[in-house]
Amino acid sequence: MSKPASDPGTGGADRELTMSRAMVDAVAAEMRASDDVFYMGEDVQDYGGIFDSTEGLLEEFGRDRIMDVPISETAYVGAAVGAAQAGMRPIAEIMFADFVGVCLDQVYNQMAKNTYMSGGAVNVPMVLTTAVGGTYNDAAQHSQTLYGLFAHLPGMKVVVPSTAYDAKGLMHAAIRDDDPVVYMFHKRLMGIGWMPAPEGPKTPVPEEDYTIPLGEADMKREGSDVTVVTLGLHVHRALEAAEELAGDVDVEVIDLRTLVPFDTETVVDSVEKTGRLVVVDEDYQSFGVTGEVTARVAERALGSLEAVERVALPDVPVPYSRPLENEVNPGADDIVAAIESIK
Amino acid sequence: MVGANTIQSMYEDMVTARYYEERLQEVYLEGKQPAFDISAGTIPGELHLAAGHEAAAAGVCAHLRDEDTVTAPHRPHHVAIAKGVDLPRMTAEILGRETGLCKGKGGHMHLFDPDVNFACSGIIAQGCPPAVGAAMAAQKRNEDSVAVAYLGEGAVDQGAFLESLNLAALHDLPVVFVVEDNDWAISMPVERVTDVENTAERADGFDMPGVRVDHDDAVAVYEAARDAVGRARDGNGPTLLDVQVHRRMGHFMGDAEGYRPDEDQERAQRLDAIERLADDLREHGVDDAELNEIRETAEERVEDAIEWARDQPEPAPEDAYENVFVDGTAAASGGED
Repeated sequence: MSKPASDPGTGGADRELTMSRAMVDAVAAEMRASDDVFYMGEDVQDYGGIFDSTEGLLEEFGRDRIMDVPISETAYVGAAVGAAQAGMRPIAEIMFADFVGVCLDQVYNQMAKNTYMSGGAVNVPMVLTTAVGGTYNDAAQHSQTLYGLFAHLPGMKVVVPSTAYDAKGLMHAAIRDDDPVVYMFHKRLMGIGWMPAPEGPKTPVPEEDYTIPLGEADMKREGSDVTVVTLGLHVHRALEAAEELAGDVDVEVIDLRTLVPFDTETVVDSVEKTGRLVVVDEDYQSFGVTGEVTARVAERALGSLEAVERVALPDVPVPYSRPLENEVNPGADDIVAAIESIK
Repeated sequence: MVGANTIQSMYEDMVTARYYEERLQEVYLEGKQPAFDISAGTIPGELHLAAGHEAAAAGVCAHLRDEDTVTAPHRPHHVAIAKGVDLPRMTAEILGRETGLCKGKGGHMHLFDPDVNFACSGIIAQGCPPAVGAAMAAQKRNEDSVAVAYLGEGAVDQGAFLESLNLAALHDLPVVFVVEDNDWAISMPVERVTDVENTAERADGFDMPGVRVDHDDAVAVYEAARDAVGRARDGNGPTLLDVQVHRRMGHFMGDAEGYRPDEDQERAQRLDAIERLADDLREHGVDDAELNEIRETAEERVEDAIEWARDQPEPAPEDAYENVFVDGTAAASGGED
């Protein structure tokens, strides 16, 4: 026992898994299928990943393929870029998305741009996994999602699973993709023993391999009055808000699942039906996901768009103290209020 | 020779820091039992306690003045105490209170006390460059203050540290880098992440003195730091100090250390620099009654700080929008509805 027990989920044909178990399921399957897949990160061996992202993999694959690395993100993320260009399929983990600052060049100037800058002569088939999100009072250097940052910088595909089912399918797709994919998992959804997950992320997960194509949003709940577009943890908060308003407002909830490529069609179709859009994001509000979603809808369905609300982190670093973080991280109540304001 | 008064002063810092961590451990678990939930209780979030690191803090900070700058990493309390950070306000910050050092915005990894020029950061090795900057400011202003950057042994493979060594050496800056070697970078033992056995030797590559203190002993740290801080203060440039310490409480609260051999943890418990220093004081004629009195005074100070902090109000939610900018400019989307 290296840490408080994680919920392993239930076995059998209709097994339910936590998000971390589903993610590991896909990584293990791809590692069995190809010796080119290997995993590098801090504390991914004996600890199994601080957020359980590699738990159990060391026992099956050994230290050559599940690699603890020095606290040298520039070196090992960059090494993943080089190994990928040499034809392997590395997975590199940045423990917290906030830590990307120490290796940003390898991420946005090398990993993301080498395909384009080589005129397609090389490609970088790697996965960059990273933990995101707040809600547990870890302050501004350990609580960001940075969805918008990664999605803004061209050349990386960006996925954000919100359920175990999606976590597995998106991981299979990410590893098999010939481009670099940033796989952002929310700590609060992983099913970690010491950070209780909300209802929702633990789902049935098939034993067999399957992929979820990058760029396909998921209609989580159909409704006719208001469209809520969101991702990650806030999919579950939006569903909670929708349930609370059921009978009063008929809320449609769309889980983006992938930011790059972006499923414009699903979002626009929904707004053409409802006429009202609420975009919910745990990232900073300005110059980010909420603005991008709103702009895409405005460009394509301005005539249908009667009202818009954005619910996101106001542009402040995530504060530590409980009442302060609660104030800035949108809760289900904030989503309810936004929906009611435009219903 | 190190005098009895100096040893006693270091002992006071060390027993204060140790008792502080022991009490925070208890306060942290309030509201987190029986099911451990990191976001619950009196102190939410991560908590990295420094029991077993006290000698590195006391032995170096004994040479520092208020105007000297110290940057610490995510495990900062012992250094903060040795540097003279306001203990009640630091505790209030750790409890997320309005009157905390950072008004509840920073928390335990991000403590700032400009009155004694102390700061810490939760990102590995990222306190090194600002310490170099503080040294640069002192040099440019012809002041004799120095800067000290603390980091763990796991941080020495990070670019920010190695780049800082070079910049500091290049300009003969008055900075001391103090590596607290507790043998573990969370679950990764030193030998798994580097082939360099002696961190102090890394200084050779930057044409800078590197000194290893290979036993967890405040007096030995004090003597090594006297040379390093003196060298910096005299304008003779930076030094790398590599100090052996021990991790007695896991990487963070909730870390059951399943990856760590029992004998390694037992060794950390056995090799206690505080007990060693008490023996030194006894040799200087301090009797057990006096040692007890020092400990009781330290404990009282800690209890007072915790009690004061508990009584402090939480910040108002709308305080979240303040301090993004000095001039009060509102956050781009802050507070608007």
